[in-house]
Amino acid sequence: MTTTTPSVTSVPLLERFRVPGGFVLGAVLLLGVAPLALSDFRLSLLAKYLCYAIVAVGVSLAWGRGGLMVLGQGVFFGLGGYAMAMHLKLADAAATGETLPDFMQLYGTGDALPWWWKPFANPAFALAMTVLLPMAVAAVLGFFVFQRRVKGAYFAILSQALAAALSIWLIGQQATTGGTNGLTDIQGFFGYDLNDPVNQRMVYFIIAAVLLVLMAIARQLFVSRYGELLIAVRDSEERVRFLGYNPANVKLVAYVVAAGMAGLAGALFVPAVGIISPALIGIVPSIGFVIGAAVGGRASLVGAVLGAIAVAWAQSTLSDAFPAAWTYLQGLLFVVAVGFLPGGLASLGVVLRKRRTRTTPIPTGETA
Amino acid sequence: MSGLSISRRGLLAGMSAVGASAALSACGAKTGSDTSSDSAAKADTSGSTVKVGLLNSLSGTMAISEVTVHNSLLLAIKEINAAGGVLGKKLKPISQDGASDWPTFAEKAEALITDDKVVATFGCWTSASRKAVKPVFERYKSLLFYPVQYEGLEESPYIFYIGATTNQQIVPALDYLKKQGLTKLYLVGSDYVFPRTANKIIKAYAKAKGMTVVGEDYAPLGSTEFGTIVNKVKDSGADAVFNTLNGDSNVAFFKEYKSSGLTAKSMPVLSVSIAEEEVKSIGTQYLEGQLTAWNYYETTPGAANTKFVKAYQAAYGKGKPTSDPMEAAYISVYLWKEMVEKAGSFDVAKVKTASDGITFEAPEGKVTVDGASQHVYKTARIGKVAADGLIEEVWNSGGPIKPDPYLKGYSWASGLS
Repeated sequence: MTTTTPSVTSVPLLERFRVPGGFVLGAVLLLGVAPLALSDFRLSLLAKYLCYAIVAVGVSLAWGRGGLMVLGQGVFFGLGGYAMAMHLKLADAAATGETLPDFMQLYGTGDALPWWWKPFANPAFALAMTVLLPMAVAAVLGFFVFQRRVKGAYFAILSQALAAALSIWLIGQQATTGGTNGLTDIQGFFGYDLNDPVNQRMVYFIIAAVLLVLMAIARQLFVSRYGELLIAVRDSEERVRFLGYNPANVKLVAYVVAAGMAGLAGALFVPAVGIISPALIGIVPSIGFVIGAAVGGRASLVGAVLGAIAVAWAQSTLSDAFPAAWTYLQGLLFVVAVGFLPGGLASLGVVLRKRRTRTTPIPTGETA
Repeated sequence: MSGLSISRRGLLAGMSAVGASAALSACGAKTGSDTSSDSAAKADTSGSTVKVGLLNSLSGTMAISEVTVHNSLLLAIKEINAAGGVLGKKLKPISQDGASDWPTFAEKAEALITDDKVVATFGCWTSASRKAVKPVFERYKSLLFYPVQYEGLEESPYIFYIGATTNQQIVPALDYLKKQGLTKLYLVGSDYVFPRTANKIIKAYAKAKGMTVVGEDYAPLGSTEFGTIVNKVKDSGADAVFNTLNGDSNVAFFKEYKSSGLTAKSMPVLSVSIAEEEVKSIGTQYLEGQLTAWNYYETTPGAANTKFVKAYQAAYGKGKPTSDPMEAAYISVYLWKEMVEKAGSFDVAKVKTASDGITFEAPEGKVTVDGASQHVYKTARIGKVAADGLIEEVWNSGGPIKPDPYLKGYSWASGLS
């Protein structure tokens, strides 16, 4: 995928069917081949990786195309995850005739449900919140940050501080949030028993479908006029301002959409993995969310998604064989990708071609 | 324009595929119904060896503690294999790294049960990791042996709790402090579930028994900034500090404690997460004379302990300390072996039934399994850190205490859960 729209007329046949062909191939692999080829356990692992891939779609938009160092996606992932988990815990409690979720009976005051938990008993409200809550937080934060022209490292540090703050707050509120344990032991998913492997597969299909739909939406954004403008802001914000656009608004949209995607990923992570905890929200996981995209190629949608899946898969597999070495390898991957291959693996072909011809510029998202 | 229309067609194709697959797949069991397809794990006991799972953090912040537990589990397995195995089958340990990350623990637990088809799993340290794997073991009806003292308030039918629950560690520690006339307590802990729950119990105990809690402070896990907290402790007029800090924070806390002029004589600190291993890393000069509460020390007398310490040091190096969680891990494998042999089968339901009343001459003294709660009768021991870095026992409960994870037998604890 390139950063510019191919010109309208003389598109070669192969090029013309590359995008829809790739999309259909992805759909066949995810919805057809994977469920047939993988055991229940491997499929549930893939479901988890796909949640990270959904975050990577947003990262690709905000960081790859918008140049925003989104190092705090854990916040939005967590808000979506907690919104979903709060509803599922309440539904579990209601199914056994209790009014309070199990952990509140153990660690809480044992009194009534806190007021801010109550609306989450409504499935429609909770579902809406998994996306709207992260988007609202991103909108408020983004509005002030981008209006004041905070960018680069300062924006990254701010994102990280927010991630750390949310995770510390959640730990402190053990009686109402489960503290470090987070919300665990989730039994049902909108009436379906998650202990049943058939329903676990259903969760996988939902996640795969959401990923495909979001990729299609992101692709539309990439090739739209807005996508062009976003790249223009990334590469030369001042020039865009002189042309009469407000770069703050352009960035805000990318940031808010990426937050919504991370929230949805967090919400889907809960039924797939059965846990959401502050450990998934803080600084380290927030960095983890962007490593996959950086390695695969943040400016390329497919690169970011495949990168996220590959890094998550490598972590599961390699950490068994080399438990202590994996962390170093992960750090090394990030350094190498950012330092030597800023376009990620997706740009490897272009880089090699450039070596040979030394003419075409590399379409990366390299800004400070 | 062409790019747009092409993608739209792709989108439609994708949507229809999604619709079809969702329609095909949405036919699983509803919550609460008994029709769910059987997901109980089929442990593989067909060969001449059976696999057992070891689930510890071999990397990440918890590795320093959990690797010692891992080593103790391997030692017990080696000894059992040398003595002929279990029901004539040798044990093959399969290690999985939980990486100090709770969702990873859940993932690895599932890998052990479904891929490796283990007959039982041993491990986990933090409460958060145990809470993360609990639904996995319950879903597959597979057994976990958990070797660490914890905050109680849990009884999973598929977990055996080999470490102490609160009435075998915290409550005896409070009894001891009260007997010493140390009735004004300052509570310092790391900010996570165990300290917060422990302190809730301490406050209920204090209220009922005429003790006072003069202060309560939490530091984030891994925090090394204790100037403020130590100053507050110093000005509080407390008789003693009840310390539930975990890991590295203890190093910073005790250094600050000593440099502020507080000593084990002027204001003793009773810690529930500092064992022999931690004494070494904190430094004996900071800890000498301070109190700890556990069920086992390296110095606990008895032939079983002499044998354990000797075997551990022969396997992992002279001078390596042994501690309470390590001992609990070591005996957890032996207790499981006794259960399997009594049941005459590796079958989980039969092993559970056979568990009640199983006894073992452990390094900590005789332990007995309580089948109803799946906890263990253990002797509480208060120790004092000696100049050589070992912990000397100064008091014990006189015999094993019946486990009571929900503190149902204590009237003062009735409002807790």
